[in-house]
Amino acid sequence: MNFPRAKTFLLGAIALCFLISLFASQINSYWLFISYDVGINIILAVSLNLINGYTGQFSLGHAGFMAVGAYTAAMITNQFGELNTFASGAVFLTALLAGGLAAAVAGLLVGIPTLRLRGDYLAIVTLGFGEIIRVIFQNMQSVGGARGLSVMHGWTNFFWTFGFAAITIYVVVALVHSTYGRGFVAVRDDEIAAASMGINPTKYKVTAFVIGAFFAGIAGGLYAHSKQFLTPGGFGFMQSIAIVVMVILGGMGNTVGVIIAAILLTLLPEFLRPVAEYRMIIYSLLLIILMLTRPQGLFSLRKSLSVK
Amino acid sequence: MAEFLQQLINGLALGSILALIALGYTMVYGILRFINFAHGDVFMLGAFAGFYLTPKVANFFPTPSILSGLVVMAMAMAICAAIGIVIERFAYRPLRNSPKLTMLITAIGVSLFLEYSGQLVFGAAPKKFPALIPVYPMANLGGLSVTSNQIIVLAVTLLLLVALRFIVLKTKIGMAMRALSFNPEAAALMGVNTDVVISFTFALGSALAAAAGILFAVNYPAIDPLMGILPGLKAFVAAVLGGIGNLPGAALGGIIIGVTETLVAGYISSTYRDAIAFAILILILLVKPSGLLGKKEIEKV
Amino acid sequence: MKIWRGQFLAALAVFLFLTGCNKPPGESAASGDVIKVGEFASLTGSEATFGQSSHKGTALAIDDLNAAGGVLGKKFQLLTEDDQSQAGQPATVVRKLISSDGVAAILGEVASSRSLEAAPICQENKIPMISPASTNPKVTEVGDYIFRVCFIDPFQGTVMANFALHTLHLKNVVVLTDAKSDYSLGLAKFFKEGFVAGGGKIVAEQNYSSGDKDFSAELTAIRSANPDGIFVPGYYTEVGLIALQARQLGINIPLFGGDGWESSALVPIGGKALEGCYFSTHYSPQDTSPAVQNFVKEFQAKYNETPDAMAALGYDSAMILADAIKHAGTTDPAKVRDALAAEKDFSGVTGKITIDANRNASKPAVILTITNGQFQYVETIAP
Repeated sequence: MNFPRAKTFLLGAIALCFLISLFASQINSYWLFISYDVGINIILAVSLNLINGYTGQFSLGHAGFMAVGAYTAAMITNQFGELNTFASGAVFLTALLAGGLAAAVAGLLVGIPTLRLRGDYLAIVTLGFGEIIRVIFQNMQSVGGARGLSVMHGWTNFFWTFGFAAITIYVVVALVHSTYGRGFVAVRDDEIAAASMGINPTKYKVTAFVIGAFFAGIAGGLYAHSKQFLTPGGFGFMQSIAIVVMVILGGMGNTVGVIIAAILLTLLPEFLRPVAEYRMIIYSLLLIILMLTRPQGLFSLRKSLSVK
Repeated sequence: MAEFLQQLINGLALGSILALIALGYTMVYGILRFINFAHGDVFMLGAFAGFYLTPKVANFFPTPSILSGLVVMAMAMAICAAIGIVIERFAYRPLRNSPKLTMLITAIGVSLFLEYSGQLVFGAAPKKFPALIPVYPMANLGGLSVTSNQIIVLAVTLLLLVALRFIVLKTKIGMAMRALSFNPEAAALMGVNTDVVISFTFALGSALAAAAGILFAVNYPAIDPLMGILPGLKAFVAAVLGGIGNLPGAALGGIIIGVTETLVAGYISSTYRDAIAFAILILILLVKPSGLLGKKEIEKV
Repeated sequence: MKIWRGQFLAALAVFLFLTGCNKPPGESAASGDVIKVGEFASLTGSEATFGQSSHKGTALAIDDLNAAGGVLGKKFQLLTEDDQSQAGQPATVVRKLISSDGVAAILGEVASSRSLEAAPICQENKIPMISPASTNPKVTEVGDYIFRVCFIDPFQGTVMANFALHTLHLKNVVVLTDAKSDYSLGLAKFFKEGFVAGGGKIVAEQNYSSGDKDFSAELTAIRSANPDGIFVPGYYTEVGLIALQARQLGINIPLFGGDGWESSALVPIGGKALEGCYFSTHYSPQDTSPAVQNFVKEFQAKYNETPDAMAALGYDSAMILADAIKHAGTTDPAKVRDALAAEKDFSGVTGKITIDANRNASKPAVILTITNGQFQYVETIAP
């Protein structure tokens, strides 16, 4: 581990989040909730970065995992009425973790069959899985189907959102920098060479999917309790693309870059609201120009992409 | 039995349109190993080109006829061929040596750009596609209804497939396309002008997509800027199903997807219709990734 | 790299404080000489056609109000936000309108799912919200600050069920629902209940998804079920094509549906296939009352198109808000809410609107049929 005081930083960050959340009522509610979106997107982008950036598995279905986590967490918390702070905290934490676990299982189910695929094919299959998850939820009447699911408790706050963001960052970075974690990068750089060196690419790919999906599920749970209404359509292809763009913008495999990209890409649409009609057009043009001029991401230290 | 045959006919008509779009995907992939996400939107542009061209052409052909319809289609194909060349030149050519990931994202960007610009320029509300081709009354044979439009779709698709086959197998540029898909470097060494051939491929694919767009709009006369998303996705699945890079495979894949989807929607449930295409995709990629008619690609160290 | 994280969070916290504290909702809404009204709609994205329509109606209403001098001596300022037809966006934009822009009331949305996302926020901040066209009963159940100017699924579904049973004398009906639209699902549900309760039989049910163009599969299956009518509670965007394809397959029984059919684009797309079909809606463009004729004329003058149901409802939502503000004598949200709840027989272009105890619009439904390519009035069904 390169940073011996990492754990201290982590705890410090979580404490800071807790303090800030105590002042939440003083802050403009619009920007406060935007900050929750920022935190959630950070979790999504960093977790996807593990799959796409560090392990080189081009996954286009991340929103599907988020959906699994969101619906699971919501179904659990909807069973409870009004609770005091400690009870609600305990229930919320359990629900989030349950959502994460459910999403991890989904990650396992998606990761295993797709192992043999590379590049474009993998991208399309993960896209397909993401869409299938969406269609399943759309037809599941117990979670409301297309009519949507109301989430009773809006328990997401600054503490939970950024606390988990901090944890996600810590886990992913610590993992990738560990000796075990070198395997991810090895698989990305050259799978066959890695296999011939004794690294089991299957194990690493599946692990990346499972861990990435877990955190996406947590992000989903946080999302559910922030927006308080879930529809399957909110977890489709467009959402997956939005997260992928954050990872690419930040530079695949560059955690700091990805975090900055997540913040920027969450805030940018808000600043573009005055020109709402052109927002998506600007977004798509930005995407094209970005790929043409700086495909390695805005913040990558590498001169050019060395991903296959 | 009558219902089954009817569903079959419906599926066939739908499938041929998908086949036309799938051909474009597969041609581009064969040469560039790249999935052109924006292809479905060129399909949409073809339909809109037809929408705006029809009144202009009506000045020369006061009554709609098969001829006037073909003229509109030819013009729309030309316009979209040009659009395809432009997109390739500005968005994809600079990235030819970049990783596939970058091109994929760019393609997604182009697709989004076309869709949202379309909403801005054409308006989001569905428009009625004009009656390009007169509807001829068809006899109902034993409870089966086939419309003249459906017959026209099948006929035109067949014609275009034959024309495509001729171009690819019998012309010089067709040979160049095939050479490029086998081995780009060797083809270049043999004097093939890569840029020209790639531009031509895009033009050809886009023209086919435009034709598909017009045929689609003739059969389902409500067009809107987002109409290309689903057919594009399904056509892509069709191309993969048939073996991406393989032309007859793409046509076959299109028919299979069209028929399967229609049968599932009719007999099982229509809500899972979208999922069917993806399920087929995943199945085929897991079982036979090279597709039904494709060849296995072995990755060398 | 960990060093960054602490700095990020600190920077974020500072950013949050700097972007300002909460404005008490509604307070600044009438400061100065404007009354700020917020609107959120799907101006882009997959449901843009409906959002743009309702927005046009609302904007026209604000223009008309301001041309007449505004209300309480102040003019209206309409702040419109686009939610891109996307889930997650309504929460954000409504918070923005309330906390940053300080609006007095919120108008929106057409889609029930997006209204349901925004309603709790409006309720929590005690800002009245008026939905022009959301029909899911749950929307107004969120709280007493949430209203709507359209009828709800139970009413419309029952209206059509009774019409099918008693006027069209249909016994066996197939329901063709848009499984992706909560409007369609809701309307279908209540129609089925009403129809079966009245002695009719649902011989088959089929689904499609909005955005589909090909319905031959579903229609072929329907054909085998041999119904005497097809209930299509979907949107005009698909209904036109459904009718066309049904006739092509030799299905010549009447189709009928709800207010999602209402649009000037319906007949151009469906053409002769729609002759003799029926649907329930809020108003008839042929209604000779001066209010409706005026509205249609102004709309055509401003936008060069005929208004559809969404536009008319958007118009009424703004008008009824203005009326409530006038009666309340203030823009204080609590008083406006009370005034809204007390609205009785308000003359909207979509009919006489009375807000009932559940804050839904109690108003008659109008049944139209299509004859010679035109909408033709059939009858009015009172609540």
